[in-house]
Amino acid sequence: MSAAFKRRLTSPVMWLLPFALIFGAFQIAPLVWVMISAFKTPTGWGLANFHEIASSAFFRQAIWRSLEISFMSSVLGLAIAAVTCHSMHRCGPRLTRMMIAFTNMTSNFAGVPLAFAFIILMGANGMLTLMLERFGLLENFNLYSRTGLIVIYTWFQIPLGILLLYPAFSTLKTEWREAASLLGANRLAYWQHIGLPVLWPSLAGTLTVLFANAMGAYATVYALVNTSYNLMTIRIANLVSGDLFLQPELASALALVLVVILVIVTLIQQWLMRRSYHVTSR
Amino acid sequence: MSLPAELPYRHGKPLLPSLMARLRRVNVYTFIVTSVFALLALPLIATLFYALATRWGASLTPDALTVKWFLELWTTPRFLAAFGRSLLVAVGALALSLLLIVPVVFLANTRYPRLDSVMNGLILLPFAVPPIVSSVGLLQLYAGGPLAIVGTPWILIPTYFTIVLPFMYRALANSLRALDVASLMEAAQLLGASPLKAFFLVVLPNIRVGIQIAVFLAFSFLAGEFVFANMLVGTRFETLQVYLNNIRGASGHFTSALVITLFVFTLILTWLGNHQPAEQEMPADDPDEAQATAMTDGLPGPVPSADPEPRHTTHQSSDSAPRGDR
Repeated sequence: MSAAFKRRLTSPVMWLLPFALIFGAFQIAPLVWVMISAFKTPTGWGLANFHEIASSAFFRQAIWRSLEISFMSSVLGLAIAAVTCHSMHRCGPRLTRMMIAFTNMTSNFAGVPLAFAFIILMGANGMLTLMLERFGLLENFNLYSRTGLIVIYTWFQIPLGILLLYPAFSTLKTEWREAASLLGANRLAYWQHIGLPVLWPSLAGTLTVLFANAMGAYATVYALVNTSYNLMTIRIANLVSGDLFLQPELASALALVLVVILVIVTLIQQWLMRRSYHVTSR
Repeated sequence: MSLPAELPYRHGKPLLPSLMARLRRVNVYTFIVTSVFALLALPLIATLFYALATRWGASLTPDALTVKWFLELWTTPRFLAAFGRSLLVAVGALALSLLLIVPVVFLANTRYPRLDSVMNGLILLPFAVPPIVSSVGLLQLYAGGPLAIVGTPWILIPTYFTIVLPFMYRALANSLRALDVASLMEAAQLLGASPLKAFFLVVLPNIRVGIQIAVFLAFSFLAGEFVFANMLVGTRFETLQVYLNNIRGASGHFTSALVITLFVFTLILTWLGNHQPAEQEMPADDPDEAQATAMTDGLPGPVPSADPEPRHTTHQSSDSAPRGDR
């Protein structure tokens, strides 16, 4: 090896450049392309694509339904995950370990296989549907409706919520609860003045992640209803790969709206965090 | 002793009171955790039963059990081809990822601490931008022109690199940090090794376990990827997930067998990833610590301030989290 070649081999740029190139080409460039083409119109540049989205009842419905399902499923998922995490710290270590391992597995079980599993369980002829209908507990459940989608979204939010919240719940010390009860606090007072204020940053953070997860979800709903349920991700995909005429610029604009919604939600969460004194006092 | 007298007794203790005591010990917390466990397991159990049923009409129980659906699946050429393609893409993507990420992690954790903070910002991107948004850009950029790779596996490999980057980077950075790399490099160089030699012969073997964990978890994550596979390539290079979606018209038992096969496959990979010989700071026995490895699973991303105690940031990639849908 010549000295020059050797020097080049140990030069950090040589090792960083391939990474930067591929990351730039396949992560940053597509995003930049979306941002630029969203403002591209047949006659030049402008806000025409956004105007079209805002004035179309169809697109407005897609945005609204995405927000609705994401909000419902993340709040439900967060609530169930929080109660589960709290309980996991109060039941045996064996069950807790099993639960963590299991949530870990199920957090990987998403997308198309999950949709199929739900069709078998809760579809029109699903096992659970039939069973509940036989016992008169359920009437006209439709997996392919809003309720059905909220159920399936919540299902995949629970494991994620548990994995994110579990460490936070271990910061609640038993001593605090004992001290609070010695000072005369009942359960409600404990949660109001100690438990929730301590957990609040984690709960808000997890809710944001769950919401973003649901807003960007595509595989599950696509496998379940194909394109027949109107959601943002479904509309975006249809505009670039549908059977009808393609409108990549409009897809870019809608994708940008999705990204902006996620950014706004994150900013709100950050703003709430700054206001919570626990973050600064820690 | 007559039989009836013996029935309600076990080990000399009355059965009924012992059962009552046991029930009382099952507190409300155990009940909640068990119920959520059951709730999460329900779709899987239903699918497993469906895959094992000969025929299941509008009744509550299957007619009979069989493994014929599994055998049929495992001898279907289209399935085997899709399986092979999935493996090929995942192996390619993981090889590329290791090749690109390992040097960056190493440099960021030894010579250029500022690079680490830049990287910690950059790796949020693949998590923050939904795959569907990226695929809009990718489809336009690489459908034509000088790099027309849409519809071929060549677009999936670098794209998969971007989505495994966050947790691969975090996992590798964590295992490097547990090592005193600076001293190791110094010692190796004092003994006459060049920096490159020191890296390959000293540092790399020391983070082998960390690399293995990252690879297995990334593998199980990529095996479940659907959005990019369907949007960018689709039937032109049918991977497992796309195949599953495309056979929606087939028998429900057959697709159930495929779903279970996929699940077991990712299960094995996840298990392999989480049960590597314990390395440095990762004893998996404490549930808290098991969490540390659990967190690197699935697609990672920012958990804005979701770790209220610094203790957790030391051994756990607090900004990695799995993602539910992809």
